[in-house]
Amino acid sequence: MTDVLERPQVSKALPPEQVKGRQSAVAIPAGGYFPDRVEQGRFGPVFPRTPLNYGFTIIAAIIPGREEKFYEYARNLEAAVAATPGVLDVLKLHTLKWSLFDIKGETYFMYQGVFDTDFDKYTEDAVNIFSATGIDTVFENLEGFPADWKSNSEAFIRFVREHHRPSFMEYAEYSYVSAKEVKSALAVKHGLAGVLDNMQL
Amino acid sequence: MLELDDIQHILLTRTPALTGRYVFVSFADADCGQAWLKALLPTVRSAAAVGVGEADNSWVTIAFTWSGLARLGVGPAALASFPDAFRQGMAARAEVLGDTGRNGPEHWVDGTNRPDLHAIAILFARNDDERQRCEAEHQLLLGRCPGVSLVSSLQLDATPPYDYAHDHFGYRDRLSQPVIEGSEDVAYNGCGGPLKAGEFILGYPDESGQPYPMPAPERLARNGSYLAYRRLEEHVGAFRDFLAEHGETAEEQELIAAKLMGRWRSGAPLTLAPEQDDPALGADLERCNDFNYKKEDPHGYAVPLGSHMRRMNPRDTAANMNRRRMIRRGATYGTHLPEGRPDDGEERGIAAFVICASLVRQFEFAQNVWVNDRNFHELGNERDPIIGNQDGSLEYKIPKRPLRKKITGLPAFTTVRGGAYFFLPGIKALNHLAGLGDQAAAPAPALQGARA
Repeated sequence: MTDVLERPQVSKALPPEQVKGRQSAVAIPAGGYFPDRVEQGRFGPVFPRTPLNYGFTIIAAIIPGREEKFYEYARNLEAAVAATPGVLDVLKLHTLKWSLFDIKGETYFMYQGVFDTDFDKYTEDAVNIFSATGIDTVFENLEGFPADWKSNSEAFIRFVREHHRPSFMEYAEYSYVSAKEVKSALAVKHGLAGVLDNMQL
Repeated sequence: MLELDDIQHILLTRTPALTGRYVFVSFADADCGQAWLKALLPTVRSAAAVGVGEADNSWVTIAFTWSGLARLGVGPAALASFPDAFRQGMAARAEVLGDTGRNGPEHWVDGTNRPDLHAIAILFARNDDERQRCEAEHQLLLGRCPGVSLVSSLQLDATPPYDYAHDHFGYRDRLSQPVIEGSEDVAYNGCGGPLKAGEFILGYPDESGQPYPMPAPERLARNGSYLAYRRLEEHVGAFRDFLAEHGETAEEQELIAAKLMGRWRSGAPLTLAPEQDDPALGADLERCNDFNYKKEDPHGYAVPLGSHMRRMNPRDTAANMNRRRMIRRGATYGTHLPEGRPDDGEERGIAAFVICASLVRQFEFAQNVWVNDRNFHELGNERDPIIGNQDGSLEYKIPKRPLRKKITGLPAFTTVRGGAYFFLPGIKALNHLAGLGDQAAAPAPALQGARA
């Protein structure tokens, strides 16, 4: 039990306004919350904002023999984003990663996202996007996924919350910066390059 | 097909009331609660029965808290089938709703935070005489039902000028309201078209195509809905002082007021009237909602990204808007503070009901995310400037070329003074509740055909 007791309970990390855009790391207590400042959301406690802003790591065992469904989904999503680049806009994403891996002969699925919206706040919107992009059909290949998810969004949300494995440590090279700010900075850079080009005339 | 004769009128009818009273009551036992309900039932009318013509002068609505349903004798299985948020009640959801600090339930003034708040009777009346007649009748009823105690009551009065609905700050109200598919209401331009009834009334398919899960048994839940009650004090003196501080001329002050709301106080939206007020536009329901944000005002140069109107209805800049809409009913309370008069310290404000099928997906989402998320639209350090939880530490940004105006230390213009979650049963369900103690479950014969 010693290691549990020694885990940090109160964050000593610098606040966002002091490290925005710079490197920072945050150690997170077991369970994913800082006990001294747990915020209640509509579906339960809200996971804290970190230097990566927000994210989730959903891990669940897949129904044996369904691996191909996941690879098929990857091809479908690739085509969906190519056809409609803004299809995932609602999630205000930085990155998404999907993995399959084995533990003692059982295959697990990991779905890890880093984004700027507080997932707890926009849960229903995210679930809706999952549906629109077919991730729900992938979830149907996971052990324990509610069969009635189409008519029972609460059950879908509960599954996602129960299978989220919160981080105990997060680091960012540029902390608390949104994807919108990154894209805005790039747009300014490109715009300025154009201005400088025109200054050569 | 909407069962209009089984839906309480408040869901579908906006009555021409100029006054009213909300009465909050507690039942000592099931018998007195049922007696109170039986006596009031003849005055409660359905959406089919109610008219808004000259003959109609008063309109009554009845709704219950979860503990009120329990006190009336609703069985444990039925009670357990109600959603968690409703069972917990608004005061218990304070942190989710942003009701903290001086907005916290511990400061509420009307007893709506009490666990023994059981029911509300909502009266809207065309004039003071009719309101007083109804109040006297209810007082007599309380005399006949000694087990029913008054938790509190609130008188509603329109504020002058009376020719259009507006709040104490002077903002025109009742401009944007969702329209329910199958009702007679007309969807004005820009209001998004009719929505599936299940978004607001239990027992019908909603925008997902499925009916939202409703409590059991069906006879209790069908044609019902949920009311989120909010009593919001408006600090008129502080609001006017703020306008004076940030605007040298009357025109500049009007523009600041408009930038907080997203509309001029006349109701004209800044998207369509960005430079100067257009009262004719504000009064024209066909035109005053006919706009969007994504292409027309992406940076908020007209309507600031954090303004009240943009937060309460982000239109095409939010996902799943059709799952977030709410019906709003209510009125102002307290005396009018004439322009130029210093604040007298009297409480005045808005006491309103948000009506929706899912308190969590609709009302709590709006409060938690749209109103009180400091990072809404990546604003970083803002909340709704009119109804958000403001503690003086937040800011308000007004986009403007070449440089935006940033107001720091925004004061609170409103304070939550009371609130509660109610279940609004259908007419048959009200009869069922009134007869829970009777041998026969059929509606009392004396109520057949009764009208106020």
